Amino acid sequence: MGKKLVSLDHVVFNYEGSDSHAINDVSFDIYEGEWLAIVGHNGSGKSTLAKLLNGLHFASSGVITINGSELTQATVWEARRKIGMVFQNPDNQFVGTTVEDDVAFGLENNGIQQDIMAERVKRALMKVKMDAFLDQEPHHLSGGQKQRVAIAGVLALQPDIIILDEATSMLDPRGREEVLETVRELKEENVLTVVSITHDLEEAAKADRIIVMNKGQVHREGSPIEIFRLEDELIELGLDIPFSVKLSKALQKTGLDLKNDHLTEEELVKELCELHSKM
Amino acid sequence: MRITLEDVEYRYSVNTPFEHLALHDVNMTIEPGTYTAVIGHTGSGKSTLLQHLNVLLRPTKGRVIIGERTIRAQKKKEKNLKSIRQKVGIVFQFPEHQLFEETVEKDICFGPMNFGVPEAKAKELARIALKQVGLEQEILKKSPFDLSGGQMRRVAIAGVIAMEPDVLVLDEPTAGLDPRGRKEIMDMFYQLHKDRGISTILVTHSMEDAARYADDIIIMHKGTVYQKGKPEEIFSKPDQLLELGLDVPDTVRFQLMLQREMGIRFARPSLSLEDLVADIKEAMERGNRL
Repeated sequence: MGKKLVSLDHVVFNYEGSDSHAINDVSFDIYEGEWLAIVGHNGSGKSTLAKLLNGLHFASSGVITINGSELTQATVWEARRKIGMVFQNPDNQFVGTTVEDDVAFGLENNGIQQDIMAERVKRALMKVKMDAFLDQEPHHLSGGQKQRVAIAGVLALQPDIIILDEATSMLDPRGREEVLETVRELKEENVLTVVSITHDLEEAAKADRIIVMNKGQVHREGSPIEIFRLEDELIELGLDIPFSVKLSKALQKTGLDLKNDHLTEEELVKELCELHSKM
Repeated sequence: MRITLEDVEYRYSVNTPFEHLALHDVNMTIEPGTYTAVIGHTGSGKSTLLQHLNVLLRPTKGRVIIGERTIRAQKKKEKNLKSIRQKVGIVFQFPEHQLFEETVEKDICFGPMNFGVPEAKAKELARIALKQVGLEQEILKKSPFDLSGGQMRRVAIAGVIAMEPDVLVLDEPTAGLDPRGRKEIMDMFYQLHKDRGISTILVTHSMEDAARYADDIIIMHKGTVYQKGKPEEIFSKPDQLLELGLDVPDTVRFQLMLQREMGIRFARPSLSLEDLVADIKEAMERGNRL
């Protein structure tokens, strides 16, 4: 595992006027270069967690440390440079009148020089394959394209971590795949550490690590294989398990001699083929 | 109530540089008490189509027959559309964005009262609708904005159900919900469809939901009806769907992979996990003795 980028130490958070803890004594670390999926049902606290991570809310007690420095009102601007967020609704996060302006917005806010800015905008848009849309207006773009522009806006600021807060949940299947593919490529080029807050268990299956949130607490933490082995426990929490895992279990119940946990359909097909040829 | 579309065409912004043909040559009938899924990728005309079902849009050519009423393409303004809007309820995408009242009760009562239901009766309808969507009566007095996202969605849906529509049009009703919430809401709509005989039209990207709940599936493509059929028919030609940029249910996709890798053939598409398990089991037992 890479070095620790972020750590949460006994973090508690209450919304104003609420007597229950939205986040209740949460501790975990985020490591450089990993893809961490945070899953949980609606209201489990996962989005609140994202807002705590980039200082949209501050912990009622406990400490969040980002790259060695404690996240406080005083360090929040520094922290936001290190952590970029992409939110759920593509229409709520477009601020520029053109794709180029939109990506430049964050850089302008940070007082980056004009020539450096132009270069960074272009490079960020190339990374998300939206450079052909430089002078387009946002309403000409699909939801998936808008989210890719939002990612470029984050990339241009050269953060260490990108947080996707249900960033694909309002997109159609094609848009969803576009966005995830983009983030996957960026991660493979070692540009980014990814924290993905999601309901999409198929997406979580491809993460390096999964944290399951429930009632404001870390319910479980582990690799996708470890987490999806929990099966019924996940379903009780209002979640689901990936299709390949579900199918593999159902086949095993009928007496088929399958050995592995299958996180992808390809693996399951492969083992079925092997079994088939032996029969 | 039957809804029929005959040669429907719809153009946005006619006689402007932005004129755009969104629907053309659409012919379909939604029979009373049926469950129809409408699928098609973004931009295929699904949303434009559904706005014709309660005259939020009027065709620029052709006609839409809703129960006794016929809506034609014409300049003259159509009157008395309220009765249509009461009978055909639309649950839009992210309906919780439309909540606006001080209390959940007032919000749910708004629709029925707007259609002339007296307050006492509207409150009774609100209570029934709230139960239907699986919420406790205590929240009636709360502000809808103090609820969780999932609860807000249910309140918004209750507001449509309380109008006692004959037809329910659902535009991606579960987008953004967690898996349990998704299943609960879909099962709830199915139950309403069965219990009250409500015709249901589901616009969805989820091929699993289309396969599980619908009697008929309509594929929209480039502004017109590309195909209509039973789920078994539609999903027995998966290649065609993939070519249109659409998905197939997980079960069917898995069958395709197995067929390709194992060199076997499945006689029919498996539309549920149970069917798929049985079909794989049978194929395995047949082994290489094909």
